[in-house]
Amino acid sequence: MPSGPDADSAAAATPEPAVGGPTHGERAGPRLLPCGESAVLIEVTDTAAAIDLARRIEVLRSHPASARPLVEDIVAGQRTVLVTAPGAAVLSDLRRAVTELVWAPMVSGDSRAAWPGEQALVEIPVGYAGPDLDVVAAHTGLTRDEVVAAHTGTDWVVGFTGFAPGFGYLVGGDPRLVVPRRAEPRPRVAAGSVALAGPYSGIYPTESPGGWQIIGHTGAVLWDLHRDPPALLRPGLRVRFVDAGGPS
Amino acid sequence: MIRGLEVLATGPLTVVQDLGRPGYAAVGVGRSGAADRAAYRLAGRLLGEPEGRAALEVTLGGLVLRAHGSFTVVVTGAAAPAAIDGRPVGHAAPVHLPDGSVLALGMPPTGLRSYLAVRGGIDVEPVLGSKSTDTLSGIGPGVVMAGQVLPIGEPGPDGPTLDVAPVAAPGGGVIELGLLPGPRLDWLAEPSALTAATWTVSERSDRVGMRLHGQGRTGPGHPGPGPVGPGLARAGSRVQVELPSEGVVLGGVQVPTDGFPIVFLADHPVTGGYPVVAVVRDRDIDRAAQCRPGQQVRFRWVVTAQRSMTFGQLDGISSSQP
Repeated sequence: MPSGPDADSAAAATPEPAVGGPTHGERAGPRLLPCGESAVLIEVTDTAAAIDLARRIEVLRSHPASARPLVEDIVAGQRTVLVTAPGAAVLSDLRRAVTELVWAPMVSGDSRAAWPGEQALVEIPVGYAGPDLDVVAAHTGLTRDEVVAAHTGTDWVVGFTGFAPGFGYLVGGDPRLVVPRRAEPRPRVAAGSVALAGPYSGIYPTESPGGWQIIGHTGAVLWDLHRDPPALLRPGLRVRFVDAGGPS
Repeated sequence: MIRGLEVLATGPLTVVQDLGRPGYAAVGVGRSGAADRAAYRLAGRLLGEPEGRAALEVTLGGLVLRAHGSFTVVVTGAAAPAAIDGRPVGHAAPVHLPDGSVLALGMPPTGLRSYLAVRGGIDVEPVLGSKSTDTLSGIGPGVVMAGQVLPIGEPGPDGPTLDVAPVAAPGGGVIELGLLPGPRLDWLAEPSALTAATWTVSERSDRVGMRLHGQGRTGPGHPGPGPVGPGLARAGSRVQVELPSEGVVLGGVQVPTDGFPIVFLADHPVTGGYPVVAVVRDRDIDRAAQCRPGQQVRFRWVVTAQRSMTFGQLDGISSSQP
């Protein structure tokens, strides 16, 4: 399975899902940052704005103004969107098109209503018997049942990806569930583990190392190379966890 | 035995590569593909094959194959001395590999990666549209192992049109790589420190990235080759600040907390949590992929280094590309 054989050979590679802080006091508003000769990086105010912009940039995949493809990849980050062009020749066209989209009104703010989730919803059945459920309960001051109720009671939205194929950072959940990452990452976390760290929830798509607090397990298949698309989660999709009762 | 190439030995690393799988970054899958794209493409052209057929990327030689069936093959990239049944054959020159013969690649005198292409291509099962092995995510065929037989596809309608391509082998001296500004250049205390130094390629380099360290670093405050020098310092306001994870590009020059740059190669991660301060220009990425451990590297800006821009101040980068 694609668990990243070289995951710890590269400081370049994030060995476990990153938990980053919020913006650090820079002036707000979108900024276009240079990124070599065939990409642009757009910095926005927060993850909600990044998801929203990434979704709107998708329209450039079928851009009518140019016969040439403008977009190869769109990668939403915690507060950025990277857009790569198939070559340097179309970068100025891409930059112009992206600029127009950025100037369009943007969704922003961190209230749940502002998360730009699409209508599509996926339900994930979870057996809430994870090894860190007590740790999460202690940290949040909730009971185990209240943790489960909080995790299932609010829809999440797939924010950004990047830790491993098929992994999505879920945002917009119950704000009481913000917990630190484990001090010692586990060398092995089973596929289907449902976890929390920082403001995020996530599901490990394949067995890999990981440092998030594991609260449950799902039988849902997050990553399947024989499926098109192979990833169950895509940025913007709404995710609802459902208590399946007992280990799933 | 089926028609194909039986692997007798692989050297340090042999992998199947084509042009990779673009378009899947949003779900966490990088492009992968041949690290030296120009050398890979040259091999296909020399064989008169349609672009995109899979070839073998051989790191530091050591590959030995026995032919089951007769084939036309060519070696490009690092000039690994090639021999068929002990008889030397030319570099970047298509050659006939008779049924039952043994092809062996030695250690190239310079460069890191050689490409062995076969008419018909290495015919393994594609994954997400590509036959490339992504060593970071594990997607694609496994690393080539001794004992396996690599299936070969049907040759295209055309054949070799050239006897030999007059291309220079990758250089063995100090390699100079052109840089364009990256999104986080302002995270460096002194952007000029990147180009003032002479860096040394680390043993820990791989298909994910060319890692550099400071041995032999020269420049202001570092008067000559010497011990491992300090890494690049961060700007005061960025010390101990964590960069929110963001998308990274091929050729990106990432500076982790130790200050020693990594140049992202074919199997780079889709996102990273350390600042990318510059990006190697596209045509020099192939040269970076041929730098071997111990070799020295210098950087040079090919456009004016600019701080991050606001919208409306977009001129000056694409228009001044060399």
